Amino acid sequence: MSENIKIDKNKEKSQTTHKIGIYLWIWGLLFVLSFFSYMVDWYQFQGMLRWSLILFFMFLKAGLIMAFFMHLFWERYTLVNVLLWPMTAIACFVGLMVAEAQYTFFSRLIYFVLGG
Amino acid sequence: MSDSSLENLPKGWKSVPSDLGSDQTAFKGVQWGKAMMWIFLLSDTFIFSCFLISYMKGRASTVIDWPNTSHVFSLDFMGVPVPLLLIAIMTFVLITSSGTMALAVKYGYEKNKKMCGWFILATAIGGLIFVGMQAFEWSKLIHEGVRPWSNPFGAGQFGSYFFMITGFHGTHVSIGVIFLFIFARKVFRGDFDTGRRGFFTTMKSDYVSIEILGLYWHFVDLVWVFIFAFFYLW
Repeated sequence: MSENIKIDKNKEKSQTTHKIGIYLWIWGLLFVLSFFSYMVDWYQFQGMLRWSLILFFMFLKAGLIMAFFMHLFWERYTLVNVLLWPMTAIACFVGLMVAEAQYTFFSRLIYFVLGG
Repeated sequence: MSDSSLENLPKGWKSVPSDLGSDQTAFKGVQWGKAMMWIFLLSDTFIFSCFLISYMKGRASTVIDWPNTSHVFSLDFMGVPVPLLLIAIMTFVLITSSGTMALAVKYGYEKNKKMCGWFILATAIGGLIFVGMQAFEWSKLIHEGVRPWSNPFGAGQFGSYFFMITGFHGTHVSIGVIFLFIFARKVFRGDFDTGRRGFFTTMKSDYVSIEILGLYWHFVDLVWVFIFAFFYLW
């Protein structure tokens, strides 16, 4: 029994405090990724390449921050699910507003530029 | 969290129905303050999303060209205009402060008072530098004639989105800096070792507060990742 408790305590410790190496690694990765996303502008990539690179580096950075700096990687699934599923609502909202923006853009083209 | 009974609970996907249906706390092993901070951050995510989505809608629907951000936000370095120089430095400063905060949380859980306090202080100074550079950026753009209703570079909506989004983010950073200084003082005073009761909440201090503060600070960095991508780089 006492042995069991000892093992549990060790496991706890490994859950709440992590080795410094993992933080330094993530830190370094964030620096490198930020540098790369700055290079996207530096080399003036345009069009699809620019947008997909920006999104790729952005999601990678956001994922690393949330998973390791904010400890979501080590949290129980209930919390992770409660936090991440609402993001689908945001994705839906983005989709709706893209459609709305196109509608506004074309009506502006017709009424402002072509003059009705 | 110190709750060894967690070891006996189901893990992985099976833990979701069992935790939610346990007729007790849903977020097992998560201190209530941490759960509340997460829920606050979720609502904050929605606010920032609304700002960025309205920016997307505004930018996509204007018939006048959007200002070229790498030109607008360029900074002269030894007489040569470098695109997005200040923004890049701000990004690196904020990531640095995020890293120091992560280390502060780690040393907090190890009850290493000195290291925890110094890293919180370093984080606060990083935040101050960030806000300072943002103030410089704002005043530079205002001098160049950028207003919420018009600007000399292109579509008039640019200014209102810029001031709204970066202003709201800067407010978050400033509030974070204030709390970082308060918590640095609390750590150095030893509140978290003695369990001294808080002045405002009258509850016993616990190092989990450092993690909660860290969650907020990392979130501020997280929002900047999105602003940097969508507003400055896009």
